[in-house]
Amino acid sequence: MTKKYPGTYLKRDEMYSLPGLVRYKPTAKYSFSAGIAQTKFLEGLKKGKIIGVKCPSCGRVYVPPRAFCEYCHVPMNEYVELPGTGEIHTAVISYISTFRQRMDKPEIVGVVKLDAPGYTKESYEFAGLFHRFCGITEEDVISGKAIGMRVKPRWKPENERTGSVTDIECFEPVES
Amino acid sequence: MPDVAIIGAGFYGFKPSVPELSFRELVFEAARRAYAEAGIDPRKDIAGFISCQEDFWEGIAIADEFAPEPLGGVLRPTFTVAGDLLQGIAQAYMMIKTGLFDIVAVESHSKQSDIKTLQEIYELALDPLYLRKLRPPNPLFMAGIDAQAYMMEAGASEEDLALVSVKNRNNGIDNPRASYSSTITLDDVISSGYYMKPIKNLEAAGFTDGAVVFVLASSEVARKFTDDPVWVKGIGWSTETGTGGWNHHVWGRMISAREAAKQAFKMSGLNLTDMDSIEIEDRFTYLEPLFLDEIGLSTIGYSVELLRTGDLDKNAHMPVNMSGGSQSIGVLLEATGGARLLEAYLQLKGKAGYRHHEVENALVASWRGPPTYTTSVLILSR
Repeated sequence: MTKKYPGTYLKRDEMYSLPGLVRYKPTAKYSFSAGIAQTKFLEGLKKGKIIGVKCPSCGRVYVPPRAFCEYCHVPMNEYVELPGTGEIHTAVISYISTFRQRMDKPEIVGVVKLDAPGYTKESYEFAGLFHRFCGITEEDVISGKAIGMRVKPRWKPENERTGSVTDIECFEPVES
Repeated sequence: MPDVAIIGAGFYGFKPSVPELSFRELVFEAARRAYAEAGIDPRKDIAGFISCQEDFWEGIAIADEFAPEPLGGVLRPTFTVAGDLLQGIAQAYMMIKTGLFDIVAVESHSKQSDIKTLQEIYELALDPLYLRKLRPPNPLFMAGIDAQAYMMEAGASEEDLALVSVKNRNNGIDNPRASYSSTITLDDVISSGYYMKPIKNLEAAGFTDGAVVFVLASSEVARKFTDDPVWVKGIGWSTETGTGGWNHHVWGRMISAREAAKQAFKMSGLNLTDMDSIEIEDRFTYLEPLFLDEIGLSTIGYSVELLRTGDLDKNAHMPVNMSGGSQSIGVLLEATGGARLLEAYLQLKGKAGYRHHEVENALVASWRGPPTYTTSVLILSR
């Protein structure tokens, strides 16, 4: 313990011997059906492609694709392949893991505003993906230089791809 | 206060497994069909959306965030009810009665085939400090206790309970939504082995994937959209107690059903003999006569007599579960009551897809989990 806080300290064993404290580990296992639209997306990733779908009514492009437009409530079947390039819309530096442990190496994550048909640089809405960033520094994020930076996916080697979002290792700067 | 009607219903799935669709796509397909029947655009016409679901069934925490999209409820008033669909119908009913909402959509779905440890999820329903520590071999053991207690109280035999399975599984034969229907005989049920004594394997319903969506509207709006709405005449619901060792639970009874039925009958001005069709939850066979005894507000065991004489058969005056019930359709998690409401709705509209007599009034009853029952009773009229 590095710092002394006020109060009575309990040792681990003492804590778990408190009456009424039940340790219980749930066994909750699921195999989520990807469905029609998400399956197209995952199959695309395996081939190194980013697939979206366009709403026939409002023209929004959804990435990952969905079977229906949430705004128009109509089915969507017009699948489009995106170039995969885009710009960094937001980026944050994560120093602490889900388990509140300080990470050895901070991770940079955020949202990529993908190049997609029907959207311009000025569009308020956009087709985007949340992912990890690589090849950019903490300083790039802190200074704000990262925002707007052109990026592209760094794909895993084809034989290691499984049809998962992790087939993209990260988004990295487009070499200029 | 306006009267409340159902102006559209949609369903999709109703198979033991629908692997080709995600749960969201399943709900969307049901919603599209419900809105098409009602002739409405959910993005313009519906004032509120209700989804009946439990996070553990979904495998997603805070799963209400997934509720709006497939229903057309994005950026509109949407909320979830952690209970059976009939409880959601009760919420919609009250919303419309206030006069603040004219059209409300209610949804529930089951993607139970995605759950790989269903039994363990049921175990999570047990009191963590008491029952989970005892680790009963099957968390549904209480259904066995309840069935045994009911048999003693009602003077019913195991054969009597098996009659429910024979009746309902045969009833489902011409119902396109009844995957577990079968032309079985009493011998088949008796010889199917124990699921949990006194319940036989063919007396425990299977599980089904599916989604159901209903559109409810005020009387004024309902008349604009349809010539033959189905009216919600009465609705009641009640929850029993039961924590720890269930020291206060009355085994072999279902007081919540009695209370819910009282409330629903009083509201509707109708009584049991007015009903042309009764759809009650029967995932374990003993539940059908037990339910019927309680909602009939009669003595326990009376329904067993009706079972033996065939007075609950589909061609009888007051058929019970002519759709095939859960024995034929299967259990759809929180959509189980919805599946039964769907049958009653289609029967009232003459669109059930199976032969049945004219239905003017119908009663639907559903429940959650032995023994801390929450029971809902709904009375519908054409």
